[in-house]
Amino acid sequence: MIAELGHYALMLALGLALIQGTMPIIGTRSNDVVLMSMAAPTALAQFAFVAMAFTALAICYVISDFSVLNVFENSNSQMPFIYRLTSIWGNHEGSMMLWVSILTFFGALVAVFGNNLPAVLKANALAVQAWIAAAFHLFILMTSNPFVRIPQAPFEGQDLNPILQDPGLAFHPPLLYLGYVGFSIAFSFAIAALLEGRIDAAWARWVRPWVLGAWMCLTVGIAGGSYWAYYTLGWGGFWFWDPVENASLMPWLAGTALLHSAVVMEKRGALKIWTILLAILTFSLSLIGTFLVRSGVLTSVHTFATDPMRGVFILAILVVFIGGALALYGWRAPLLKQGGLFAPISREGALVFNNLFLTTACASVFIGTLYPLALEALTGAKISVGPPFFNATFGPLFIPLMVVMPFGPLMGWKRGDLLGAAQRLLAAAILAALATAAAFAIEQGGPVLAPLGAGVAVFVMAGAVIDVAERTLVLRLPFRAVLQRAIGLPRSAWGTAFAHFGLGVTLLGIVAATAWGSERIAEMKVGDNLDIAHYRLTFTGLFSRQGPNYRDMVGRFIVRRMNGDLIGVMEPSRRSFPSRNMTTTEAALMTRGVSQLYLSLGDPMQNGGVAVRLYFKPQVLLIWLGAAIMFAGGALSLSDRRLRVGAPQPAKTKAALRPAG
Amino acid sequence: MRRVFLLALALFLLAPAFTWAAVQPDEMLRNSALEARARTLSQQLRCMVCQNESIDESDAPLAHDLRVLVRERLQAGDSDAQVLDFLVARYGEFVLLKPRLSWRTAILWGLPPGLLLSGIALLVVAATRRRGRMQEPAPNLTATEQARLKKILADSRNP
Repeated sequence: MIAELGHYALMLALGLALIQGTMPIIGTRSNDVVLMSMAAPTALAQFAFVAMAFTALAICYVISDFSVLNVFENSNSQMPFIYRLTSIWGNHEGSMMLWVSILTFFGALVAVFGNNLPAVLKANALAVQAWIAAAFHLFILMTSNPFVRIPQAPFEGQDLNPILQDPGLAFHPPLLYLGYVGFSIAFSFAIAALLEGRIDAAWARWVRPWVLGAWMCLTVGIAGGSYWAYYTLGWGGFWFWDPVENASLMPWLAGTALLHSAVVMEKRGALKIWTILLAILTFSLSLIGTFLVRSGVLTSVHTFATDPMRGVFILAILVVFIGGALALYGWRAPLLKQGGLFAPISREGALVFNNLFLTTACASVFIGTLYPLALEALTGAKISVGPPFFNATFGPLFIPLMVVMPFGPLMGWKRGDLLGAAQRLLAAAILAALATAAAFAIEQGGPVLAPLGAGVAVFVMAGAVIDVAERTLVLRLPFRAVLQRAIGLPRSAWGTAFAHFGLGVTLLGIVAATAWGSERIAEMKVGDNLDIAHYRLTFTGLFSRQGPNYRDMVGRFIVRRMNGDLIGVMEPSRRSFPSRNMTTTEAALMTRGVSQLYLSLGDPMQNGGVAVRLYFKPQVLLIWLGAAIMFAGGALSLSDRRLRVGAPQPAKTKAALRPAG
Repeated sequence: MRRVFLLALALFLLAPAFTWAAVQPDEMLRNSALEARARTLSQQLRCMVCQNESIDESDAPLAHDLRVLVRERLQAGDSDAQVLDFLVARYGEFVLLKPRLSWRTAILWGLPPGLLLSGIALLVVAATRRRGRMQEPAPNLTATEQARLKKILADSRNP
């Protein structure tokens, strides 16, 4: 009964989405306030019904109702409660339910918090949001219905894929989707602006909090996924340039560019047309990412062809929305007025530089990910595009961006003082040079470029600190006055500094962990020692341990300093799940400062020994710490008074001040 | 195994049982310089039966064979380029994770620098055009605006 209720609620949501997608638009065309004001309540109702459907599915999972096919295939009554809950989105159908839930949730948020929006913009934006929702409701109902019943209910479920039985599943997909889907708001506002044919700086102010929120979620979503892969995979890799990862990186890059161009648009009224295009592209990339991972086209062009229903449906959504949006853009964008002049050397100029490099980097990832598919589909020729390609193209694009980054916030709007900014960054440059020299001296034998990378990272971090120091006049005013200024500084300025600092931290972590880490692969017998960096591990034996729905074979290793001081014990294991006849590797991690020792276990040998892989990953935690700092920066900026209070109603005063004639 | 994880994550496919990944202790060469070269080469070679995984990471039997093959060639005295050529001759370009520049890959390699350069060119053109506009004097205020400005200034002086 519950599953049927959920199914029915989803159909009602589709109906509401169709109303929400048409009536308000008719209202804006015919200037009918009643029709326009239908948008907000239908958005709320639509969310309520989708939430009902999602809750119904959740209840089926929690009570382990195996008469529902989706629950039977992905859950098991023996699983801990948390995994029974997270397995809702640990499968295709459920994850699409999560997708539409978040989509309609954002629609509801716009309906509730959009009181300061002009009525026409709000009506149009919510209508566009409803088109997207309707397409995905239809997709779920026609190809991916999670509420299908099995006539004869089985006694026990098949269990969630053991790899996914991890706390990571609780956070990673929802955060990633919050990011992907959050960009839909920017998309809807962009289409709404194009429909209306009118756009001004206030548009950027309304859209920026949504973009910022989505960007924050995507940032920690990607970072969380990277950490999950890092500790799960057993060899300490944290980024693989896999198409699945690229699918999430592309919206992040475009979204970061959008965040910056929206600043220019809000403050200076420039880059309007470009910002609209970026808003369209960012969400388009989110849709493409969804298509890539959902359609099966990645596994092979052929799997796509053998089970085409879902793939073709998402492809159709893709073509209609991206093609439609770009066509509308091509038709209407020339109507929008450009404004805001600036010199090339200025804050705007720096932000344009940022946009140029970020979009080019995004395009490189895009072509690298899709080229092999396109080439094979068109000519049948098979080539591989892997990490060496991405490192060779992405790196040279990102490093200049990082070098220029500290200059941006130090430049004035409209016309900047490059020499002045360079002088203020002198201390940062000196620090960076020292860091490079130190890295060269300490880490002999690593890659030649690594110390330079570390230098750039230090430059970025120091640059962010200098930015705040310059604004608060540290060292020039007494402490109390500096504190006053620091408190008075707009939160968005703090946000910028934090986010930029965080990116520097992440870069430092990436450089250190990839260039200066060490690795030992060995067979060990009981009593054997293995040395790495300045640690010595002693293997003391194997034992087994029973978990709730698995069995662990654990290796026990004692970790000491070279001088014999005991530090602790590491217990990596091999975990077997009888329900699926699968074994996973559970690496042991020992954190030392921000560095980690990483140990994973191979199969036991005939002679009583085990194969082990031991890694020392210096500064590796900085990678994810940096992402957390970026998130904090976003949160600070989001709490800025300007965004909190919302845009003022400029209509009357502005019109009065405009030069006549 | 990496692919299995990422796909399980993204596609929620049923993953097959997998074993422990990649380079095994018994495959490794005694000569550490040669072994280091073998590892670097392995990272550039694709395990052809896997999805986008290098032979250095993959646990497939084919990847094992290729790792051994690379080490054999290195021990026979081949240079890095010779090893890659040998493998391309045997398995085709598909084995390289970094495709070679050719007509087939011209767009792939050309797009990033091409896009960057055309972006810069576009910006330079736009900037020179803008410079012209920036030097134009701002239009003078109309008589009504002058009057309003006077009034605003007067108001702000004696509130």
